[in-house]
Amino acid sequence: MSRAQPRRDAFWIGTAIAILLVALLSSRWLLGDTPGQMHFDARLAPPSLDHWLGTDALGRDLWARTLAGLSLSIGVGSLAALFGTLIALGMAMLAMLGPRWDALVALVIDTLLSVPHLILLLLIAFALGGGTQAVIIAVAVTHWPRLARLLRAELLQLRHAPYIVMSRALGKSRRFVMAYHYLPHALPQCVVGALLLFPHAILHEAALTFLGVGLDPSQPAIGLLLADAMRYLSSGAWWLGVFPGLGLLLVVLSLERLSSHWRHAL
Amino acid sequence: MLSIEHLTLQLPYYTSWWRRRWAEVLSDVSLELHPGEVHAVVGASGAGKSLLAHALLGLLPEPKHQTGRLTFQNRALTAARQRQLRGRELALIPQSLDALDPLVRSQRQVSWAASRAGHARSDAWQAAGQALTHYQLDERGRQAFPHELSGGMARRVLTAMAHVSHAQLIIADEPSVGLDPQQRNRVLDALAALALEGKSVLLITHDLRHALPIAQQVTLMNQGRCIETACASAFRGDGDTLATGYARALWQALPDNHFGVLTTTQAQNVA
Amino acid sequence: MQLIAITAARLLRLALVLVCVAVVSFSLIMLSPIDPIDAYLGPQMAQVSPEQRHLIAERWGFDEPPVVQFGHWLGQLLQGDLGVSHVYNQPVSEVIGQRFQRSIMLLGSAWLLTTLIGFALGVIAGAKEGSLLDRIISTYAYLTASTPAFWLAMLLLLLFSVYLGWTPVCCAGPTGTLSQDVSLATRLHHLVLPVATLALIGIANITLHSRARMLALMNSNIATHAFAQGASRWDIAWRHGIRHASLPALTLSLASLGELFGGSILIEQVFAYPGLGQATVAAGLRSDVPLLLGIALFTALFVSVGNLLADTLHAMIDPRLQKVTP
Repeated sequence: MSRAQPRRDAFWIGTAIAILLVALLSSRWLLGDTPGQMHFDARLAPPSLDHWLGTDALGRDLWARTLAGLSLSIGVGSLAALFGTLIALGMAMLAMLGPRWDALVALVIDTLLSVPHLILLLLIAFALGGGTQAVIIAVAVTHWPRLARLLRAELLQLRHAPYIVMSRALGKSRRFVMAYHYLPHALPQCVVGALLLFPHAILHEAALTFLGVGLDPSQPAIGLLLADAMRYLSSGAWWLGVFPGLGLLLVVLSLERLSSHWRHAL
Repeated sequence: MLSIEHLTLQLPYYTSWWRRRWAEVLSDVSLELHPGEVHAVVGASGAGKSLLAHALLGLLPEPKHQTGRLTFQNRALTAARQRQLRGRELALIPQSLDALDPLVRSQRQVSWAASRAGHARSDAWQAAGQALTHYQLDERGRQAFPHELSGGMARRVLTAMAHVSHAQLIIADEPSVGLDPQQRNRVLDALAALALEGKSVLLITHDLRHALPIAQQVTLMNQGRCIETACASAFRGDGDTLATGYARALWQALPDNHFGVLTTTQAQNVA
Repeated sequence: MQLIAITAARLLRLALVLVCVAVVSFSLIMLSPIDPIDAYLGPQMAQVSPEQRHLIAERWGFDEPPVVQFGHWLGQLLQGDLGVSHVYNQPVSEVIGQRFQRSIMLLGSAWLLTTLIGFALGVIAGAKEGSLLDRIISTYAYLTASTPAFWLAMLLLLLFSVYLGWTPVCCAGPTGTLSQDVSLATRLHHLVLPVATLALIGIANITLHSRARMLALMNSNIATHAFAQGASRWDIAWRHGIRHASLPALTLSLASLGELFGGSILIEQVFAYPGLGQATVAAGLRSDVPLLLGIALFTALFVSVGNLLADTLHAMIDPRLQKVTP
């Protein structure tokens, strides 16, 4: 019995996001107009019935490109969040091996957190030479420390819990304690952590791509669409800048809301 | 001074996302408080004592279902009047010591209480100092942060905050909890002294023994109901003058008496 | 005495972290598939013969094993020599110094605005959960927390510079004017939009954090007790709320200097503001290794000092963390 009123909109947000995801992922089949197709008679056309969000300088439909870009963002973001969470979990478990390991993990976390995210992203993208894989790795590597710090604190509290002490005293191996006590305790946190990482990962992927060190320029990524739009800002082609960003905002916002609902629910 | 007639309180709880149900936490509670009197409300935890205190002050959050009539100084005590009188005529000495703001020194907290009670700004600081001195807090205690105070000192700061308001009705919620006997007596004596000034004191406690030395009237509560209101003097000997079996059983169960324990069935019958 | 010992330990930790940052960034650079000689040459890549390439490699030690190169770089670093940036044709320390002077105006004013406004909005929103003001402020905070900084910068640029013409389109001063000839008013005029963007985005974090603190306070025994004394919500927010929420807000805003700097990179790029952020992007895109390393170290120092200040401030101000004076 709880006094507090539960949040009722979680269900609707979940539904909305499910629809959004299905729409984005199936956009390539739903749309007759593929993101790359050029309409030479309609270059830099403002939004109209033919082209809902207008077209770019090569006559490519912005609606199709935005949807494709968003689905790309979601794909890259989810992979990055997944890898980031796995690294965080691995590092947190490593920290439980002993005080030396713990100190090492803490130092790595501090080091990565002391460099601004974007600079570390630039460095890693530079090291890997750009491209989709580089972006996924870079985002994963920059985002795990916060989650790892959380998990580590959580597990450290557990270390002196009576049932763990009992388990060790009863002669269970370190591996047993890891697998049957620590890991199950950390997993729910990991799910929430991954969900929280997801919107951040998408935003950082877009930022990196916008700066020109991210995804391959031939792909219709949101960051590239916006970087492209920068060139036509002063010529009045506002739709190029407004719509892809708005789409990104909506996706990130709904994911962010969903993850915070999950966090409260767990 | 204060009369409570047939007060019933229901609070909501949620069985699922959509289903809201109401739990009755106070049922048909009636009490009468007179000036110059310490009236003790005694009950186990979950009896609804603290909720009663918060309902009297109008501190319970919405949504709630509250019926019955409250009258204070011969006028109905409505929600609007509660808001108006809180801190001026009605004062609360809260149960928990973390009601003190950990970031504020004692004298400042008391002076805030004073200015909320209507003291002028310059006057509030002096009034606070006097109130704290009255409760035997020295200069260091006045300038201390709550974590630097002992339990008894913190309790006396809370009492000073109620005292500085010159309220006519003081509700003390478990003031004796967690104190050693000496400190406890100091706090209880302070409450008795407030009653001697002509104020009404509603003393909420789970321990009958703490209430009896200073209370004139005792009301026993169990699971949101008033079991019995009796004179403190009725708790004497075997408690033969007590009207209900529950009160007698409680009285006899005290360590100083027979340590009498009823069997479960008997206890259920008397309850 | 204890404080000195703690501070010394923290400073040591900071030094250790900085060394680690140096190791990590240097190894990342070494990992890069981009040929250091090509990077050094830039567009003149095609005009150089193999013999000349060999000479370059020998001169800058590109052929040596990474550990030796790292030792060489670290040795120079300890003497205060960060190397030469080939994009700007200047010593790296000079580039960072000049650029940071411009960025600090942007960062400093945005930081101040973010902290003050974010804190005020958080306190107002948290004072009464579910009120109209709270809903407006929370919606704003959730929206901007999900907004890409560079996109907001573009929108503001589009609205205020292109359509309304109130603010300049780019840079830190009129094009073709030497920077020392630019008046303070012109400088500020060029700063308005970047600062506004950075602040609008940054406020969300502080606001949500302060709001959460206020909600916790408003549901605590402290607030109930204050209500029982006849205090209004605003009285509680003013007297208790500000004390309880200000230190966490300040700590958070000092600890999020990294995010602020990240935002400034994107925003300087959109507004073509010639600060450190723009230099970072240029260094990354044009493989200016010494500059990239220098900036990574410099910003790590900047962020770590922020964290250090946040920790120290907390220990100094919060009375609960101080020893009871006998």
